[in-house]
Amino acid sequence: MDFLRPATWADALAAKAARPGALPLQGGTDVMVELNFDVRRPAALLDLSGIAELRDWEEDGPVLRIGAGVPYARIIDELGARLPGLAQAARTVGSPQIRNRGTLGGNLGAASPAGDGHPPLLAGGAAVEVESAARGVRTIPVGDFFTGVKRNALESDELIRAVRVPPAPGPQYFAKIGTRNAMVIAVCSFALALDPVRRAVGTGVGSAGPTPLRAAAAEEFLAARLDWAGRGPLDAGVAREFGELVRAAAAPIDDVRGTAAYRRHALSVLARRTLGWAWDEHRADTAREAS
Amino acid sequence: MRVNVTVNGSAETVDDVWEGESLLYLLRERMGLPGSKNACEQGECGSCTVYLDDVPVCACLVAAGQAEGRRVRTVEGLAEGGRLDPVQEAFVEAGAVQCGFCTPGLVVQTHALIARDPDPSDADIREALAGNLCRCTGYEKILDAVRLAARRKATA
Repeated sequence: MDFLRPATWADALAAKAARPGALPLQGGTDVMVELNFDVRRPAALLDLSGIAELRDWEEDGPVLRIGAGVPYARIIDELGARLPGLAQAARTVGSPQIRNRGTLGGNLGAASPAGDGHPPLLAGGAAVEVESAARGVRTIPVGDFFTGVKRNALESDELIRAVRVPPAPGPQYFAKIGTRNAMVIAVCSFALALDPVRRAVGTGVGSAGPTPLRAAAAEEFLAARLDWAGRGPLDAGVAREFGELVRAAAAPIDDVRGTAAYRRHALSVLARRTLGWAWDEHRADTAREAS
Repeated sequence: MRVNVTVNGSAETVDDVWEGESLLYLLRERMGLPGSKNACEQGECGSCTVYLDDVPVCACLVAAGQAEGRRVRTVEGLAEGGRLDPVQEAFVEAGAVQCGFCTPGLVVQTHALIARDPDPSDADIREALAGNLCRCTGYEKILDAVRLAARRKATA
């Protein structure tokens, strides 16, 4: 096995082009488990942890551009106010030690259907910025990025450079089912984002299908039925129907963490619950504006 | 491959490191530092917690090559001048050690918590230690030790 340690992003892209089989390594929280248990033996490891520009985030016009190597702990501390849904999901990743190392870039590279970062990126309308030495940069909407179980849209010579996501225009929430708060791979998870200006709803469903997915019909239904301007109390029937549509969007399986039936039920509950929190926040925002 | 790394203040060069091995293996098997424990090898238990450039991490999930040019501080590096760190003393005094296997990781993680937050609430302590498992389940004594260490630090 070779250990490739590029010092710059350009060197990393050149190395990936020369060695398409090299496995990118960021925080190591997924890759090293596979190496330690000898379930994977790549021809080369491509260590990206020494590339400074991947560890930065910046405002880039209307979006936040988060380098692929920014660990979850820093997303929580530095971006929590502007990306509350992503920060809530980041808080549920592993443990403090894991959050000090794990990154969005690694989460997207692994492309597990259970990745905690994925539902809030789907709900928040994020895009993945990828790059190759030969063809330069392309930006993939996160909904098109996941192509199958632990598969993504990266070509063999491409690396993930950054995630581009707009700051939250309204309430965002994330909820996850597991046996305890820490060190849990989601039984299922759900992210909700409300955009009161565009009167739009975003959703993300985790661990309930071959890929993380959006519940498009639920989004359309809810966007049309919420009392955006009046900000009246949430209609219980609307909340229930929203939960049912999220349940219908899921395509879970039975596995060691839970049954498909339980996941569907739990998702309908999480959808209703996060909607309650988000709507309460939306109504409180008015109260603040009026006072 | 060769890895150059500063461990507990000492600049070291280690040869013949396998490219796929972890920092934990490097520390324990090649550098004679068995304080960091090898238990789960998947980041679940926290027994191998060390500082990597002042940030606590699971050494089992850091590739040895990723430590190149960086600073590592293990549980062996907490005591200074032949005297235990106050966190270590607190664990001894509170009886927060049963079989002892989880203790080095808990000590390093507690050390980091108290450095960041000298007066942690119980909820803060539980959150900070959520990635450190004690299979003897001696958690109450461990919480006592963390509170004691924080009090000592506040009055020191």
